[in-house]
Amino acid sequence: MSEQRYITVDGNEAAAAIAHLTNEVIAIYPITPASPMGELADYCTNRGRKNIFGVVPEVIEMQSEAGAAAVVHGALQTGALATTFTASQGLLLMIPEMFKIAGELTPAVFHIAARTIATHALSIFGDHSDVMSVRSTGWMMLCANSVQQAQDMALIAQAATLESRVPVIHFFDGFRTSHEVNKITPIPEEAVRGMIDVKLVDEHRQRGLNPEHPVLRGSSQNPDVFFQAREAANPFYQAAPAIVQNAMNRFASLTGRSYRNFEYVGSPDARHVIVMMGSGVGAVEEALDHLSAKGEDAGLLVVRLYRPFDAEGFLAALPKSVERIAVLDRTKEPGALGEPLYLDVLAAIAEHDWSAGNGHAACRPDVIGGRYGLSSKEFTPAMALAVYQELRKAAPRRHFTVGIYDDVSQLSLTWDADAIEEPASVTRAVFYGLGSDGTVGANKNSVKIIGEHTDLFAQGYFVYDSKKSGSVTASHLRFSPKPIRSTYLIRKANFVACHQFGLLERLDVLEVAEQGATFLLNSPYSAEEVWDRLPKLTQQQIIEKQLQFYVIDALAIAREAGLGTRINTAMQACFFALAGMLPRDEAIRFIKEATRKTYLRRGESVVERNCLAIDSAVEKMQRVPTPAAVTSEAGMIPALLPSGDEFVDHFTAMVAAGKGDLLPVSAMPLDGTFPTGTARYEKRSIAAEIPVWDSAICTDCGLCAFVCPHTAIRVNAYPETCLDGAPADFASKPFKDKDLAGHRFTVQVAPDDCTGCGVCVDVCPAKSKEVVRHKAINMEPKEPHLARERANFDFFLGLPAVDRTQVKADTVKSSQLLLPLFEFSGACSGCGETPYLKLMSQLFGDRAIIGNATGCSSIYGGNLPTTPWTKNADGRGPAWCNSLFEDVGEFGLGIRLAADHRMQHAQHLLKQVAGRIGDDLVAAILESPQSSESEIAEQRRRVDQLRQRLRGVADLAARDLEDVVDALVRRSVWIVGGDGWAYDIGFGGLDHVLTSGRDVNILVLDTGVYSNTGGQASKATPRAAIAKFAANGKPSRKKDLGMLAVSYGNVYVAQVALAANPVQTLKAFHEAESYRGVSLILAYSQCIAHGIDMSTGMTHQKQVVQSGMWPLYRFDPRIAPEGAHAFRLDSRKPTISFEEFAATEARFAMGMQADPEHAKHLVKLAQKDIDDRWHYYEQMAAIEHQIVANGEAK
Amino acid sequence: MRVELSTTYLGMELRHPIVAGASPLTGNLDSLRRLEQAGVSAVVLPSLFEEQIVQTELQLDALYEYYAGTFAESLTYFPELREYNTGPRDYLKLLKLAKRSLSVPVIASLNGSSPGGWVRFAKQLEDAGADAIELNVYFVPTDPRMSSEEVERRYADLVAFVKNAVSVPVAVKIGAQFSSLCHFARQLADSGADGLVMFNRYLEPDINLNSLQITPHLVLSTRNELRLPLRWIGILRDQTSMSLAASSGIHFPEDAVKLILVGADICMMTSALFKHGVEYVTEMVREVENWLEINDYVSIEQAKGSMSYSNCPDSGQLERANYMKAITSYTPMR
Repeated sequence: MSEQRYITVDGNEAAAAIAHLTNEVIAIYPITPASPMGELADYCTNRGRKNIFGVVPEVIEMQSEAGAAAVVHGALQTGALATTFTASQGLLLMIPEMFKIAGELTPAVFHIAARTIATHALSIFGDHSDVMSVRSTGWMMLCANSVQQAQDMALIAQAATLESRVPVIHFFDGFRTSHEVNKITPIPEEAVRGMIDVKLVDEHRQRGLNPEHPVLRGSSQNPDVFFQAREAANPFYQAAPAIVQNAMNRFASLTGRSYRNFEYVGSPDARHVIVMMGSGVGAVEEALDHLSAKGEDAGLLVVRLYRPFDAEGFLAALPKSVERIAVLDRTKEPGALGEPLYLDVLAAIAEHDWSAGNGHAACRPDVIGGRYGLSSKEFTPAMALAVYQELRKAAPRRHFTVGIYDDVSQLSLTWDADAIEEPASVTRAVFYGLGSDGTVGANKNSVKIIGEHTDLFAQGYFVYDSKKSGSVTASHLRFSPKPIRSTYLIRKANFVACHQFGLLERLDVLEVAEQGATFLLNSPYSAEEVWDRLPKLTQQQIIEKQLQFYVIDALAIAREAGLGTRINTAMQACFFALAGMLPRDEAIRFIKEATRKTYLRRGESVVERNCLAIDSAVEKMQRVPTPAAVTSEAGMIPALLPSGDEFVDHFTAMVAAGKGDLLPVSAMPLDGTFPTGTARYEKRSIAAEIPVWDSAICTDCGLCAFVCPHTAIRVNAYPETCLDGAPADFASKPFKDKDLAGHRFTVQVAPDDCTGCGVCVDVCPAKSKEVVRHKAINMEPKEPHLARERANFDFFLGLPAVDRTQVKADTVKSSQLLLPLFEFSGACSGCGETPYLKLMSQLFGDRAIIGNATGCSSIYGGNLPTTPWTKNADGRGPAWCNSLFEDVGEFGLGIRLAADHRMQHAQHLLKQVAGRIGDDLVAAILESPQSSESEIAEQRRRVDQLRQRLRGVADLAARDLEDVVDALVRRSVWIVGGDGWAYDIGFGGLDHVLTSGRDVNILVLDTGVYSNTGGQASKATPRAAIAKFAANGKPSRKKDLGMLAVSYGNVYVAQVALAANPVQTLKAFHEAESYRGVSLILAYSQCIAHGIDMSTGMTHQKQVVQSGMWPLYRFDPRIAPEGAHAFRLDSRKPTISFEEFAATEARFAMGMQADPEHAKHLVKLAQKDIDDRWHYYEQMAAIEHQIVANGEAK
Repeated sequence: MRVELSTTYLGMELRHPIVAGASPLTGNLDSLRRLEQAGVSAVVLPSLFEEQIVQTELQLDALYEYYAGTFAESLTYFPELREYNTGPRDYLKLLKLAKRSLSVPVIASLNGSSPGGWVRFAKQLEDAGADAIELNVYFVPTDPRMSSEEVERRYADLVAFVKNAVSVPVAVKIGAQFSSLCHFARQLADSGADGLVMFNRYLEPDINLNSLQITPHLVLSTRNELRLPLRWIGILRDQTSMSLAASSGIHFPEDAVKLILVGADICMMTSALFKHGVEYVTEMVREVENWLEINDYVSIEQAKGSMSYSNCPDSGQLERANYMKAITSYTPMR
């Protein structure tokens, strides 16, 4: 292989490495897809990696992006080189600081993995709507189109900002570039030094605030001078483009890679030119190659420096021959005449004096503008070709979209998806796996192996689904003798691997296979047995496409090697053996080297086991001779069961089947509104084992249902007569309950909805007298039970629900008889958050409005295709909305205000029509306290009566009242979010809501870490816990949010852990909801990021309470005015030491393993925290409160 | 006249026979120093458990792979740390430090779980400076197809593997529950073992009656446990040239004396040191010396084995296992 040194990294790593080398202060806040940049910077600092100035940069995690930007601003003002990484809403939160930084002419670079801004929906994927929203801040905007450029532009930006004093937004496409792994040439540190002019750095430092020669900056100015001062900066902006170009030139001389602010590619005499920036450039370049091969002229003007927009430079870069320009924007500005780049191009052309010639065609080119690629929508060479075709038309559309089918505004271009094929010289491999099997990790390694050991170029891009449990991944890998510009998914693969046999009946994995491709299947069946086990569609495609079919029992190999279910290295070895890019022995040697490199830090035994799997896999892989005929009748399992709802059966089913790209604009809900109750149609059947009930042992406690994170265990009590027609195997037992004497009781699993987490078995207290390990509920392999339990569950769903007004719901058992209105979420198997949401939905769901902060709960709660929030038989259920991450406190308060106002409005109208309705009914409605289940039911009955009577009243007020009559039933408003929201980014808003006195219920699902973005520390992270940005163990004490709320006096506060004390949790929910002021429930939620076996998550909950790390308490202001003890400590004095508890969770135990001395110190401090807090709470519990009554509570 | 207390164990000259056996007391440098100051003649470090090392490594690997690469927003859940401190590093560090800081011999103890592991770790212990290696071999054979011969063969093979890999002396710490202990001891000697440590004390199960769970316990030894090594050292002393170390139940000076009389080269102490503190060693040594002096012994070597199976007045008592009515011989039987 050549001498040139390469690395294979993703865009985030490429940019962050430069940022860390060239900065001194790095302030970050996690947000997808930029989080890995901050994490890498933190990792470098933790490893003691120095910047080019010989010092290890400071890395600090802040409470929000606004905080991070402010830290950067402060650091810059004090003469440090400072940076941050962010995306999307995070960038929006930085805007005020960005205006300041630019206004003060401060050199700085922010690195942005450009991501969609949430509008009708949140999307974590890539487009330019975030960066385009900050173009008025006065920052330069420099775009990188590829992983290589993410590195190169990061450095060019840093050099240019120092010289120009204009700060730079360096951006690249979220996911497509930030997460694409590609082979790039690294920049040697000497070249980095060569780019950073120390004199300019020194000048920046000299401008920093310094009491030795003090200045004042950030004054307030009046109309007399403000305007002129803003104009004073103009020369800096005028000079900036040339400075950037000079930096690029200097970079070229140091590295050999040459860039231009505007770079033209294509025929020198092209008449039709596309103007664009970002990763889509690669696809257009491939379209140009295609056109060029056909002898057709066309061109592409790549915009690198978007702001300041150098009109002259832009025009100079255009070929003289240009007649028509199509500007492609990866953003949308509704209501604008066009998108930003289009308008800038138009203005540049309009301002140019075409009559003067100026080296250009005298004729002013026509400009059209199109949108593409929103939220990482695929943008392919075929789509680029469609744009060129549009330019060739006699009357091209002025505005268009490409990549979708717009049958509403008719704006979309049509394209022939097969118009351009990828070259045969490119190895195109697609791998389907499950998140849990390590497919993605192995494929990232494969890209590295090929990239770093051969002359081939390599690219990896990975697609994940929306579920956190049982999620399917698709890895798209390309290997090519030429650099890879294909910034889109592989459409035709010459190698397809399916790492999970079960996926064949759920996914058309061979759709992507081209004729004659190789197909590798992880199969429990041998080459002789496998054919008849395949679904019909798979057999058809193997025959029709003449695939070379191989099988390997990777699971058996992994198990033999002691790797459990981790089949990835075995599959990777087979890929290398089949792909033929390297001689087999050499390939195996490289895989083993890579395995050693990847796993050695974890231990020799891990390396050994993986190497064993590699050798065994290559030896045991078998070629399957392809029979001539299809023998299977097995069809595919539909992604969604028929629901009977047209929208669900069409729209949701398409999205669930992975065919959402085919949906036209007309199929879309206009405002992001979707029906609830859809998760029940998505029978994912991901569990290998399911719980099986033994009614003979069961004590009817209901704990299994209470803790089930996926609502896949249900209980019901019903009259015996309901068993008529029950399936023969339907199990039931007499219900031990005096209120429902004579009833039968059943614990039923939903076999296709269960994730097999085992939490129910962990909590089950009933053990067999004969075989102690046999409980009343036991995990057993699913297959033998599946058909029976499906029939049983169907029957179970038809059983009558208990009368809610007759159920006190003050015990676990009785609460679980209530219908859950949150079911079958795609949360992680064994999630600690979801049982609280399910409980809330059972108790109050039929009258709840939920404002949900962005985070895990908004993802498993509201990520398409389906939602677990559902309705009861009357069609009632939680109404749910996610606004943002940072705002849900205020958002929820708004919900309360509106609900109250609507009720007042309805009451006002009711009084107006009282005479015609009947005073008794009106009085009953107006006076109902609605504080219990039966009172709510009564009110509903009265409102129904009212509705009927209103029909007979011919009055305007009656008509108005009909519109708002629902509001007469009290709404239960819930504000739901994680600790990242409550303790950090949303704390300011939450704090204000706490003081509002309004009837909102705030549920904080406290995992003590940013779970959704992968385990970054928050202020809820306990001391000593290892988390991202706390790699040495969190040095500081967990914030006591509950006591902050208690200090207001009029806030109901409870700290709960549902498995540690279920009844206390139930009481807290009831008390919080019934309190007509602000209620705050802090709910301990175990998480993957705790490093525990999630099947024992509820045991951990018990232990965390026993250790005193999470004391249970309730503070009820209703008791305070009476001088009573409003604060009740509900848990017992700690019975196990923190050290003992900490040894059971990897977040603590890792520290003890890695750095025992430091960890011991932290553990000691953490124990002191616990002791001190317990002592404080004990004193709190003894205090007799005399708090002023909550006068303003409503 | 002072009694010559020196003894030879695994070819090493020790000042006297009182040695600190493997326990948490020998697990840190501070405590090791105190043991030396108290006068122990050698120390045996706690065991390096291969199974524990492997378990830690696999746990760490599993932790980083758990839910990694599953969901686009959270591709990992834990930060990569600077150092994971897996493998035998900590142990080797302690061994090196002990060798550097102590003047008495330092014996490393190893509990392997795979043939490769035994050899690899034994080599590392030797490289780190161990004066000798004690193999702590123990497993619970639950497979009904495994014969006692196979069990013994496994022990012997492991000893042979390790002996081939290292040049320092190797002792084997064994349990007492072998059908034919003398035959087994010979097998070990044939495999190259330089010494036997008798006997291992194991973690044993208990039941928590509240939770109905098995709870393993390790309790400190009692003086009564002395009887088992007393018997077997006495019997083996005449059969083998291997070093014999007594371990279990040595609580008082007279216990050590008894073991020496039946033939123990050294006495390993653990439980008594937990009970009385490491300074108790000084008293033990002094009192052993006193007894020998009072009883006119000139050296340990003189006393050692003077009451072995062959040398004791009534050898039958050493092998008697069941209580029988005393049989009195009235006349010699012919």
